[in-house]
Amino acid sequence: MNLRRLFAIALRQFYLLRGSAARFLPLFAWVTIDMVLWGFMTKYLNSVTGSRYQFVPALLGAVLFWDLMSRVMQGVTTAFFEDVWSRNFLNVFASPITTQEYIGGLLVSSIGTSLVGLVFMVLVATLAFGLSFAVYGFLAIPFVLVLFLFGLALGIAGSAIVLRLGPAAEWFVWPIPALLSPFAAVYYPLTTLPEWMRWIARLLPPSYVFEGMRAIVAGRAFHATVLFGACALALVYVLLAYWFFASVFRYAVKTGLIARYSAESVS
Amino acid sequence: MAGQPPSNPVLVVQELRKHYGSLQAVKGIDFQVCPGEVVGLLGLNGAGKTTTISMILGVLEPTSGSIHINGIDLARHRSRALAQTNFAAVYAPLPGNLTVYQNLHVFSLLYGVRNFAQRAEALLEQFDLARFRNTKCGVLSSGEQTRVGLAKAMLNRPCVLLLDEPTASIDPASARDIRHTIRTFVRESGVGVLWTSHNMYEVEEVCDRVLFLSHGDIILEGDPKALPGQHGLRTLEELFIRVAREPWEWEAQ
Repeated sequence: MNLRRLFAIALRQFYLLRGSAARFLPLFAWVTIDMVLWGFMTKYLNSVTGSRYQFVPALLGAVLFWDLMSRVMQGVTTAFFEDVWSRNFLNVFASPITTQEYIGGLLVSSIGTSLVGLVFMVLVATLAFGLSFAVYGFLAIPFVLVLFLFGLALGIAGSAIVLRLGPAAEWFVWPIPALLSPFAAVYYPLTTLPEWMRWIARLLPPSYVFEGMRAIVAGRAFHATVLFGACALALVYVLLAYWFFASVFRYAVKTGLIARYSAESVS
Repeated sequence: MAGQPPSNPVLVVQELRKHYGSLQAVKGIDFQVCPGEVVGLLGLNGAGKTTTISMILGVLEPTSGSIHINGIDLARHRSRALAQTNFAAVYAPLPGNLTVYQNLHVFSLLYGVRNFAQRAEALLEQFDLARFRNTKCGVLSSGEQTRVGLAKAMLNRPCVLLLDEPTASIDPASARDIRHTIRTFVRESGVGVLWTSHNMYEVEEVCDRVLFLSHGDIILEGDPKALPGQHGLRTLEELFIRVAREPWEWEAQ
């Protein structure tokens, strides 16, 4: 793998963010809105329930972590869509870059933009609503890692869908986090779900993170080893997503889809 | 190229085919491009020119056949082979939301260009783009965007340069300047060029050799200045029209 070529994709994204307020501001704007909305919601819930349950770390923390995963996914897809929107596939893929380097560049771009968003979310949640990450202890690190990995996997898979189906398919990609959130048990315990939904939830690494968060906040026992399993599962999804993208790319090279993406519109 | 000793070709295309189901877009063509040679790839729309170029660029997999760029097999060593080439096409402008300098920087990393700053300055000067260094490509005129695309195409000093209608949609004065710049680059660097164009005047002026493609097959090849006379015609344009209207006559030959 040539790191210079990987860096080229990340640098392109940095140039775009630096030169466009329309791209830069959303890194902060949506997460701020989410933090403020859910921050007040948790305050209200605390007041009406007499603070018997810690809604701030359980609910606001869950919103923050779910937003992080969504940002990671969107960081990958947005960097990919830049090539779709500017019809740049022919220029990029006629260069010596490999699919590993291209995906690597998208991941580095996403990690960079998501970290900016994460820092901002933590600042708003901590300063405005008193969310303390000390509640989660060192487990906050594997929580973030699992969500990062799963967000990357979703981003790669979403990019592959758009590569295969064309630019119009981006509307399949944006709602993916919303579609998964009921199964991932972001806002409620897994036991709330019917049995068939629980089976799906067990296949989603974030569900282990949110179950763990709620257990810690409620003072119940939670084994960190569960998170190793979630980490491994998320890593498998990253590899599967990469395999999916590489397969679609091979198909696109075989059928001429890459060349047509630039030369004419694809629908 | 006449009178020069033969040198190893920088581009070798052998038995290249591309089928889409029952449609044969390219039917087993063979040709070579030598260092310092400009080869024109001519033909009607749909003749197979862009399909051939796409296969050489590695963005379209041939059904069969081989492509060697500077001796490197494209199918086996894609990255190494593509590092030896570059291209500019009227339908593939550089991202309009990046400045000229940013685009050159990004593509210099993709093509592994050393001493980028020095190379960028030389190309900005050569293509009269220095004043647009910090201008986003999207707001440049067609001619200026074409020059940026050509500057990118020459960034890595390729062995093989693919130019798909490089002067389409620009005014005659700019087109003449661009042809002059490309010829100078070819003379100084020894790059081999595969050039497609529908402007026969341009082809006569620039190309050392032309290949006429029809229905995915090369049906005529030769010196663009001598070919019309050899077939009892006055100009390359007349020859092009004859070949386009009566391809079976040439295919039989």
